[in-house]
Amino acid sequence: MSFLQRLENADRRWVFLLMGLAVAVPIIYIGLTGKTLPEKATPLAESAFKVLDDLPSGSRILLAWDFDPASEGELGPMATSFIRQCSQKGHRMYFIALWPVGAQMIRSTTTKVIGGYYPDLEYGRDWVDLGFKAGNEAVIKTIATDFRQMFPADARGTSVASIPMMEGIASLADFDAIVNVSAGYPGSKEWVLYAATPLKKPLVVGCTGVQAPLMYPYVPVQVRGLLGAIKGAAEYESVVNDWVRADRIRLALVEGGMSETEAATIARELAADPKDAGAWTESAAAASLTPASKADILALAEDPTPGIFLEAQRRMGPQLVAHLLMIGLIVMGNVVFFASRRRGGGR
Amino acid sequence: MNRQNLGIIAVFLILGVLVAARAFVGDGMGRVYTKRETVTMVQVERPVLDPTLVGEGEADTTTEWVPEGSADARDFGTPSSATVSWQAVSPVQPADAFAAFESGDPQGIGLDWPRTIGLWVGAFFTLAIFSFLYKDNPFYKVAESVVVGVSAAYWMVVGFWDMIVPNLLGNLAPGFVQATFLPGLDATSPQWAYLIPATFGVLLLTRLLPKGQWLSLWTLAFIVGTTAALRMVAYIEGDFLSQVNATVQPVYQVVTNADGAVDGYATFWASVRQLTLLIGVLACLTYFFFSVEHKGAVGGVARLGIWFLMITFGAAFGFTVMGRIALLAARFEFLFDDWLWLIDPTNQRVVASAVGLLG
Amino acid sequence: MKRTVPLIITATVGVVLIVSNFIPDFRAWGEEATTFFSIIAAIAFVLGGGSLLKVHLRKISDRNAGWGYSIVVLGTFFATLAVGLLKIGVTPNPAFPDMPWAGDVQAQGTAFWWAYEYTFKPLTSTMFAMLAFYIASAAFRAFRAKNFEAMLLLGTAFIILLGRTFAGYFLTSWIPIDGPFSGLRIEELSVYIMQVFNTAGNRAIIIGIALGIASTSLKILMGLDRSYLGGGN
Repeated sequence: MSFLQRLENADRRWVFLLMGLAVAVPIIYIGLTGKTLPEKATPLAESAFKVLDDLPSGSRILLAWDFDPASEGELGPMATSFIRQCSQKGHRMYFIALWPVGAQMIRSTTTKVIGGYYPDLEYGRDWVDLGFKAGNEAVIKTIATDFRQMFPADARGTSVASIPMMEGIASLADFDAIVNVSAGYPGSKEWVLYAATPLKKPLVVGCTGVQAPLMYPYVPVQVRGLLGAIKGAAEYESVVNDWVRADRIRLALVEGGMSETEAATIARELAADPKDAGAWTESAAAASLTPASKADILALAEDPTPGIFLEAQRRMGPQLVAHLLMIGLIVMGNVVFFASRRRGGGR
Repeated sequence: MNRQNLGIIAVFLILGVLVAARAFVGDGMGRVYTKRETVTMVQVERPVLDPTLVGEGEADTTTEWVPEGSADARDFGTPSSATVSWQAVSPVQPADAFAAFESGDPQGIGLDWPRTIGLWVGAFFTLAIFSFLYKDNPFYKVAESVVVGVSAAYWMVVGFWDMIVPNLLGNLAPGFVQATFLPGLDATSPQWAYLIPATFGVLLLTRLLPKGQWLSLWTLAFIVGTTAALRMVAYIEGDFLSQVNATVQPVYQVVTNADGAVDGYATFWASVRQLTLLIGVLACLTYFFFSVEHKGAVGGVARLGIWFLMITFGAAFGFTVMGRIALLAARFEFLFDDWLWLIDPTNQRVVASAVGLLG
Repeated sequence: MKRTVPLIITATVGVVLIVSNFIPDFRAWGEEATTFFSIIAAIAFVLGGGSLLKVHLRKISDRNAGWGYSIVVLGTFFATLAVGLLKIGVTPNPAFPDMPWAGDVQAQGTAFWWAYEYTFKPLTSTMFAMLAFYIASAAFRAFRAKNFEAMLLLGTAFIILLGRTFAGYFLTSWIPIDGPFSGLRIEELSVYIMQVFNTAGNRAIIIGIALGIASTSLKILMGLDRSYLGGGN
């Protein structure tokens, strides 16, 4: 049997093994070395960031987590970064879920991000978990006009009337933006049809690779920002990580006595090139800062980004190898097919 | 015993030896640590600070539960105040647990057996599902059965506590719900209109009966009618009108620089983009027009539509591949990080354990 | 009666929802209808559990092939239901610790959470992760560039697969990003394909589906389409 014939009749389990190795080996390598591939944000990821960044601090953001553990691999990093941007910006976050398991997704992402990195945020004043409601698009349709009819209490059983940040929330119109992380139905399409379009609310969507192509027609009017699959998550993650680093440096500089405008410019430069932070703290521009402030700024510039905010970027490594494998398999399959056809024994 | 079965047994043995070996190298593997603390709440009568909030005949104090040792407990608690205590368990990263053990004062931190066993159960189920790639086998079938049973019950429990209790029972018997399940709920008078969904719900369950299943059609009719009405309006507004509006945009798209001058190069390509989009949408819609024969000019445009659709499907395939691989990467991360402790990208443990494995 | 009442229910609720959408005075009726729908959707979960029970109990009683696995299904089903409904292992609600049923059943540490975290989560995630293997196998065995359209599909797929990873950036990084040919960089090409060609194709599909849904919904509400009632009418 020739090599091509052996390939033609190859057990598909060899292909499974190749795919397994294509994903496992890069994960181990990246896990051990900590090296990730550089990410350059596309306009859609930057728009997603901009929608939340342009809103003033304290804005009301509805975050709908419509996904489950089966799609957490793709969508978890997006959800984490959305919470990070909103927390750092000081937005008020209202979490709901249209999927039964979405309620657990809310708990795990808020525990990881708010519990781990923003412990000063107060439940009921800065963020609230309203939990899951059944009914798919009927939930969106109801809350579009009467929020409290669908959500009389939060996920912990407290009446919304006694939650301070629920004051003034009568319907979806009272929110400043909607962020939806979606794995299917009900999900981003329903938020577009029943919320963003009729109420003309800014909607930012993070969705799976299967859904993403279907959401492009809604950009940019009905959907202002779109994160598609793990690549979108990685791009958005890198934008948020850079911005959070710059924002923390900016706050430290302002605290050290610098003006807002100057602090913002310097913070952006230091965040873009953390290696320059050491030299900057020794320069004349930093003369007005105390040694303690300089040490803080140096730490903020040089400290590595916590691993949970690099999840998507880590997963781009196996993506690269697996994609190359897929292309190789398609090419090889076609070579085998056409070769056997020429031999006269094609399928 | 044939060669294939011998091979499977050999693989299992090798895996077992590797896992056993890993368990004794460095810090080991697959353990979950938690901190156990006793939480005590004290019931106090706190005065209402704003007298305008106190209605006529109402008490000027509120009853609240506050943590023992807090300022409110010291100020308003009495020796006869009611207390309730329980064990609160919070997760602790292995690195913090190791540091606590080394310091000699764990302060309630210890190995959590239920969660550790759970972690190994999760790893076993993950490998059981993966084993299907080799061959269908009883481990896979058991894992499949478990997920079917657990997910059906999970949805029922969540539907009951998150929807039926607050939204149905909370409206039909608000006093009872407030007194038992949701004490934080505002008790109002019963809303008898909610007998309608309660009745429809009971009728839906008649589907399970050997006779009388036709009653469930009434509920099904309600569901179908609601869905049809919601979708008719939403799809016409959101999908039809909005998408037509988005397509019918000027073909000549002017792009200006920061100084207000027209950027000819960018304007040209933006206009080409808009024209391509317009032609693409019209060509694809022509293809979908099956009541006219696809011949001549119509056939040509329909063929162009097919090409646009092929590019669309190619893009969809590329994105789908991307999506699936990320899910597999996440599972491998669980196995290598949370279970085997081979890698530590989120610095949950001492890095030395992974580096130590490399020798 | 068996077929007339459902048709009347469908038409009534449909008209109420459509009217409430356009006449603000009737909005509250629409809100009630959608809230009732949501409650019925939650009760449908109970129906799902009941159907599962029925199917597997029959399998066990008839001793059909694989009935042992049905015992596993029902065992895990009842165990999860019990720990969830009875709130086993649930710590008190800090705001109302004297009320044993007020605790949060989904909080970390409860038996229900354990069932979710260590059985439901790994099992469902792994089941979906398996698709990566099948897509690789399908790519090798089924994707054939037999004609121009297929080549167009596969060529686009290659550009997207490369453009959405570092490989695409690496392969065409020699093309200047500011130059006139920057659009030929693979990552720029993939963005262009998504924003123009993919948008055009999906937009046409969306418009077609919207028209189909509008007509089907109208037929259902007017009673012309009775397929949901079953019985071949």
